[in-house]
Amino acid sequence: MTTTSSSPPSGIAPPSPHQRARAAISARTLRTDRWWVSPLVTAIVLGAFIIYTGVRLFMRNDYWVAAYHYLTPLYSPCLSASCVPGSSHLGTPLPAFPLALPLPILIFPILAGFRASCYYYRKAGYRAFLLSPPGCAVSEPGTNYTGETRFPLILQNLHRYFFYLASALLLINTYDAVLAFFPASGGFGVGLGSLILLVNVVMLWLYSLSCHACRHIFGGRLKHFSKHPIQYWFWTQLSKLNGRHMQFAWTSLITVMLTDFYIMAVAAGWIADLRLFN
Amino acid sequence: MTEIERHDFDVVVIGAGGAGLRAAIEARELGKRTAVICKSLFGKAHTVMAEGGIAASMGNVNSRDSWQVHFRDTMRGGKFLNNWRMAELHAKEAPQRVWELETYGALFDRTKDGKISQRNFGGHQYPRLAHVGDRTGLELIRTLQQKIVSLQQEDFDRHGDYEANLKVFAECTITDLLKDGDTIAGAFGYWRENGRFIRFDAPAVVLATGGIGKAFKVTSNSWEYTGDGHALALRCGAALINMEFVQFHPTGMVWPPSVKGILVTESVRGDGGVLRNSEQKRFMFDYVPDVFKDQYATSEEEADRWYDDPDNNRRPPELLPRDEVARAINSEVKAGRGSPHGGVFLDVSTRLPAETVKKRLPSMYHQFKELADVDITTEPMEVGPTCHYVMGGVEVDPDTAAASVAGLFAAGEVAGGMHGSNRLGGNSLSDLLVFGRRAGLGAATYVDSLGPRRPSARLTDVEAAAQRAISPFGADTDGEIAENPYSLHQELQQTMNDLVGIIRKADEMELALKKVGELRRRADHVAVEGHRQFNPGWHLALDLRNMIAVSECVARAGLARTESRGGHTRDDHPEMDPEWRHVLLRCTQDTDGGVRVERGMQIPMRADLVDLFELDELKKYFTADELPGGTD
Amino acid sequence: MGTQRRFRIWRGDTDGGDFVDFDVEVNDGEVVLDVIHRLQATQAPDLAVRWNCKAGKCGSCSAEINGQPRLLCMTRMSTLPPHQPVTVTPMRTFPVIRDLVTDVSYNYQKAREIRAFVPPKGVQPGEYRMQQVDVERSQEFRKCIECFLCQNTCHVIRDHEDNKARFSGPRFLMRIAELDMHPLDAADDEGVDRKRAAQDEHGLGFCNITKCCTEVCPEHIKITDNALIPLKERVVSLRFDPLARLLRRGRR
Repeated sequence: MTTTSSSPPSGIAPPSPHQRARAAISARTLRTDRWWVSPLVTAIVLGAFIIYTGVRLFMRNDYWVAAYHYLTPLYSPCLSASCVPGSSHLGTPLPAFPLALPLPILIFPILAGFRASCYYYRKAGYRAFLLSPPGCAVSEPGTNYTGETRFPLILQNLHRYFFYLASALLLINTYDAVLAFFPASGGFGVGLGSLILLVNVVMLWLYSLSCHACRHIFGGRLKHFSKHPIQYWFWTQLSKLNGRHMQFAWTSLITVMLTDFYIMAVAAGWIADLRLFN
Repeated sequence: MTEIERHDFDVVVIGAGGAGLRAAIEARELGKRTAVICKSLFGKAHTVMAEGGIAASMGNVNSRDSWQVHFRDTMRGGKFLNNWRMAELHAKEAPQRVWELETYGALFDRTKDGKISQRNFGGHQYPRLAHVGDRTGLELIRTLQQKIVSLQQEDFDRHGDYEANLKVFAECTITDLLKDGDTIAGAFGYWRENGRFIRFDAPAVVLATGGIGKAFKVTSNSWEYTGDGHALALRCGAALINMEFVQFHPTGMVWPPSVKGILVTESVRGDGGVLRNSEQKRFMFDYVPDVFKDQYATSEEEADRWYDDPDNNRRPPELLPRDEVARAINSEVKAGRGSPHGGVFLDVSTRLPAETVKKRLPSMYHQFKELADVDITTEPMEVGPTCHYVMGGVEVDPDTAAASVAGLFAAGEVAGGMHGSNRLGGNSLSDLLVFGRRAGLGAATYVDSLGPRRPSARLTDVEAAAQRAISPFGADTDGEIAENPYSLHQELQQTMNDLVGIIRKADEMELALKKVGELRRRADHVAVEGHRQFNPGWHLALDLRNMIAVSECVARAGLARTESRGGHTRDDHPEMDPEWRHVLLRCTQDTDGGVRVERGMQIPMRADLVDLFELDELKKYFTADELPGGTD
Repeated sequence: MGTQRRFRIWRGDTDGGDFVDFDVEVNDGEVVLDVIHRLQATQAPDLAVRWNCKAGKCGSCSAEINGQPRLLCMTRMSTLPPHQPVTVTPMRTFPVIRDLVTDVSYNYQKAREIRAFVPPKGVQPGEYRMQQVDVERSQEFRKCIECFLCQNTCHVIRDHEDNKARFSGPRFLMRIAELDMHPLDAADDEGVDRKRAAQDEHGLGFCNITKCCTEVCPEHIKITDNALIPLKERVVSLRFDPLARLLRRGRR
């Protein structure tokens, strides 16, 4: 029996006369490198994207190039009766929208939700916007922290379901990219726009497939890979992609923005689409 | 005298490496209230450094393996000086001890049919080492640590107290054992963190403190390896045997200077790595001793075929026992064929694809990349011998791990006999498990045999121990200059490295003894600054006494043994002498504070074990009288 | 060969302390721990530092170098900016004992609160059969040397002491993932739900996957991608599946 004061846990020295304190170091961080560059760049690029798409969502024009069947991914599918004729390849089950209501009102939340709850963007966003923390071993300014245990951040756990919805949209985007190779004049045709749409959709696929939720669904959830060789194969391949999820997240973000901008520029008549074939 | 924190246990285990933890698990499972005392944090013991694996003849890779083959390999490796009963128990029980780890949650690398994979290693006839990449020691320590936690959880469920029956005292150093007459009564020590004293009352003490490497300058051992258990045993009247046998691992890093001595695992060679000198020659072929001639390849072609077809080819000489390889490297360097930083080249880059190297030897890859900026997948490593293991230790009863002092037990590196004059790689981790368990069992049985009567320590002994422990603060220098513990330690390490190192001579060891004796006197005048709260200078001053005591044992026993065998190589007596095979040199504490060495005799090997060997082989080691059928 | 460098080392204890400057010789190929040892031997014999193996295998010498959580024995001097002083402080998330030594008992407490491996009933020692592909995920996590740098850098407890009660930190959430992925762990049979425990008792929800744990890991374990996120995903199936929720509500 221990005959002295109450026993401290294993691996622990005896209790000190008073509660121990941390080392009294006042500096927020002693890092000497430029740790703030990365969150700053993140904030600028993500901020620019948010402003750009915000503007584009309310513009309600220049999202469809009828001559070449180019539909911007930001508006696809266009389901309202207010959509420009021809752009609604899935029909218009929704009525006409008032001007204040963006046309992709059903689509955009899915895309935004998918990106916002993505495990990579979560890291980037928490660091760059919530400064929680701004960098590793750099103390965060807030005094209270509950992480993803409460509303609204607990909703980040819905990522997998956003993944399912976003994958459905991505199938439509893929269909859009194929359509862009069949211009209104008939037959097969290739323009810079169709190539851009193709590259964009490839990047979106890489981003989606490299997603952590996707990796979980295809095999991560299993306890015995050896009993599921096919799922294990998928999991192995997806894990390789997953290692580059951050790169795909950024690249696909930029390609979406560029694709939309190109289509806007062509639709608005600022430039003519560079036709390579037909 | 200030109040001393006091604890009462059935079994106190000193040391929280593989042997200590396994002993504690056994004692606790047998219902004994058990304390584990570790000098560092829980889970940091030197066992984590073991890379290669755990030798156990499970026969998962080659079904011809058996305990008899393992026993033979162990005896051969130890040049037949081993305590044969320990070698027998070890070979028989190792598989059970490894399998048991899986029930604690260990995850070894697997064979295709889902069993524990086993790898080749120096001196082992078949692939025998259960392993996890090259971090087997870490897996072992973590598994045992987690088993301890699991036992504590059981106690919590039952008693509402995690530590009802098993408690870990981390960063706590034992400086003296307490006795009641001739019987162990407990242990005395201090908390490293605040320097406060702590006393354990317990009828059984298990020493599991590891080795003595910090007495040498170039060593693979961590700071804890200061021979504490060896010295504690000496001071309380137990005997140490085989102290002249110190294993120098053939492949330690030689550059940069700050990492000199850090181990390069033998698996590098087991997996195909070869040793070359500055002339790019695979020199090991020139160093196969006669006793091993039949088992090792004579050409590079045959050696290379062995990796894929071990049944029809002989092993590459890079896989000779460690003492042979260490001596060979030493000779090459002395002959001027060494690498730029005084080692030789160990190369896997031309032997295996980069991906395979990274997969099989991940820690080595990182160790060289991060510590030496060397990419082992594209360039050879530079390696040289480093002090790695002491075969000598407390003389114990093989079956119970009991030392000659009642109530004292020892297991692992601190115990002597099991490995004879040289330890095979992989036999250390299995030794920890087999004899750690036996020590826990022995201690529990001993406690049961005592009944209600418990030995109790005298207060004056406790006070004397406390006095000894704080003496470096108010050092009475008798008018002599106060000594700095760091400088004394450096001098000791230099002395042992230069004069009692890998190759030894009588006059050098005599000089070493003189110097060590001087250091012992000077150590009485060690003075430390500051206060008792986590004071590394003070800790070292206390450890220093232990290192000096074990150094003296090594040098004195080394001087007495006039032959070369295993981890003891005499320049002036280069041959192995069968007349020495059955001799045990036994070190005990002398009245003047030094150590005394006496000759003892090995018990002859049981006939059924002798029969496991060919007569021709035994002839190389045994005297004519000892051979079966010889005159008795 | 040697050059003079300035070291700024935090010295003190729980009652306070400050930076102390030392000028010390640094040789080719040395790591920060070598320099600290030289300081002990020559200028500050009672400078407290915790270390063991000096080879990056035991995880004892964790501290912060120029503000970055690192192992002292694995930080080569040549990797630090040459013309600045080298700042060394104890880990800042744990209470300080003295100088560079901290009280890491929080970690041992948390370790004990995770239900240990549950051996499968009826499988005898020696009869365990597991495939290499099935053990590899957990094996990655078992590389952990328990240096607690991930715990130290994790802002959930580094910046919020009060979260320590509810959050076990990356190392121990990873331990839960390891057990949950262990091919033979029979926790389910004993009614132990490791995923639920991770979320409810060990604070998985506090983790906002900012990946600092992965960045500091000296064993290069992908803590976030391979342990924490997969564990979160497993909890999602259990807790946050909207369809399952609707169904459950419907049934009630």
